[in-house]
Amino acid sequence: MSTTLKVMKYAFFDLLRSRWLVAYTLFFAVATAGLLWFGDDPVQAALSSLNLVLLVIPLVALMLGMNHFYYARDYVQLILTQPVSRPAVFLGQFVGVAAPLAGAFVVGTGVPYLVYSLAAPVQAPVLASLLVAGAVVSVVFTGLAFWLGVANEERAKALGLALGVWLLLSIVYDGLVLFFIVIAQAYPIETAVMGLTLLNPIDLSRVLVLLRLDTAALLGYTGALFARFLGSPGGTALACGALLTWAVVPAWLGLRAFRAKDF
Amino acid sequence: MVVVDAVSKRFGRLVVLKGVSAEFRPGAVTAVVGPNASGKTTLLKCVLGLVKPDAGTVTIDGRPVDDDPRVRERVGYMPQEPRFPDNLRVHELFALVQDLRGERSERLDELIDHFGLREHLRKPLRTLSGGTKQKASAVLTFAFAPRVLVLDEPSAGLDPLASSRLKDRILLERSRGATVLLTSHVMSELEELADEVLFLLEGSVRFRGTLDSLRAATGETRLERALARLMTAGGAAGSLAAGASRYAVAGPFSPETEEAAA
Repeated sequence: MSTTLKVMKYAFFDLLRSRWLVAYTLFFAVATAGLLWFGDDPVQAALSSLNLVLLVIPLVALMLGMNHFYYARDYVQLILTQPVSRPAVFLGQFVGVAAPLAGAFVVGTGVPYLVYSLAAPVQAPVLASLLVAGAVVSVVFTGLAFWLGVANEERAKALGLALGVWLLLSIVYDGLVLFFIVIAQAYPIETAVMGLTLLNPIDLSRVLVLLRLDTAALLGYTGALFARFLGSPGGTALACGALLTWAVVPAWLGLRAFRAKDF
Repeated sequence: MVVVDAVSKRFGRLVVLKGVSAEFRPGAVTAVVGPNASGKTTLLKCVLGLVKPDAGTVTIDGRPVDDDPRVRERVGYMPQEPRFPDNLRVHELFALVQDLRGERSERLDELIDHFGLREHLRKPLRTLSGGTKQKASAVLTFAFAPRVLVLDEPSAGLDPLASSRLKDRILLERSRGATVLLTSHVMSELEELADEVLFLLEGSVRFRGTLDSLRAATGETRLERALARLMTAGGAAGSLAAGASRYAVAGPFSPETEEAAA
């Protein structure tokens, strides 16, 4: 087994021991089951899940990722004195946290849908896009957490920055985009709005899921444009590329900082 | 052989090492001494690759420390305050390190007994006293046939028995040809173990030589007094030389000083 895989294994077991992961999985399971059985409309439930997911996952991934990073610092220092490369340690830790977080969401949300589908039909494309979006957002924000953690010696400062990033990307950004739309409504701004959407991983995930729903029609002309653009092979490639870039770049920046860090 | 060549390091505005060069030879214990915050721990961490120098290089047996993690295969490190993952038990820690290295330690059992750690093997690391953690750290340090030992205040917190066993082990590894870098504020330990002294002050090497040459250069017979003399002389930038011509030195002690005194 490679060193990266070994480091990953220990990060994963460490996360399991903290019981956070179990609580996180149960949270999604209970919320999804509640939405499904009380609402009795899988599409509505997916829509509600989406809002929950895009608010909760970034926050939890940031907090848990960062918490794990600081908690594991002693362990990281110990293994860095062994014949183990820094990239192996960083990637092992990163994947060891990001993968279980993404997995917890997929299991917690997917299993209630699976059980529900035994009795009633479920729109598979909607569910699949929801699960993929949640998993990718988990990876994106764990990467951001690790980067902020490596780059800041002070835990309080890193936590403050993480909260700032979360507020910015999940709440403030939408407000700014809306503001932009209002002041520039007289102009053809659809392409610009689409560009702005690609810049925020949360918005991007939201649009990718919404377009699988019939409710996309409610988005009007912009919705139609989004559907046309993201429905085309080029648009899909661009959107997936943007999400992938979001999944890779923060982790890569974190790795770069980790290689140069003094312990 | 560990070679430190013109290593400089600063943390923010604080300059910790200023062009430090030194060779640490196999089969010898070199004590890195100096007042608090003189850069000793940073120098040792540069040798381990834990701290990245801003300038200069560190090589172990001719291989740069930065390039290849396998350089650390035969390096044992005992930090000032060992910090381990809290939720592990002692035996799990040993298993983890062996697993990560992909190597079983043939000496592990012997070392566990040597440092009296067997009764603590099943205890979580967070419940251990500082001294017992230090023993666990010692076991790991010697477990993989080290050719280079980096020991940062290794006996701090150890009881007299463990401390004397640690010294026995250091001497054994030295006789096997290991290169030993040691920092300590315990004078008796330095007198017992050190073959050479590297004196750091404000991030620069101010003296390098054997204990005898240090005594000769300072005119002090006791090591503690000799080191104190170096500290005050270095701090006052040559006042020792100005006030005491019998030392035949012209400024703060330096590698050249040793030759001048000899």
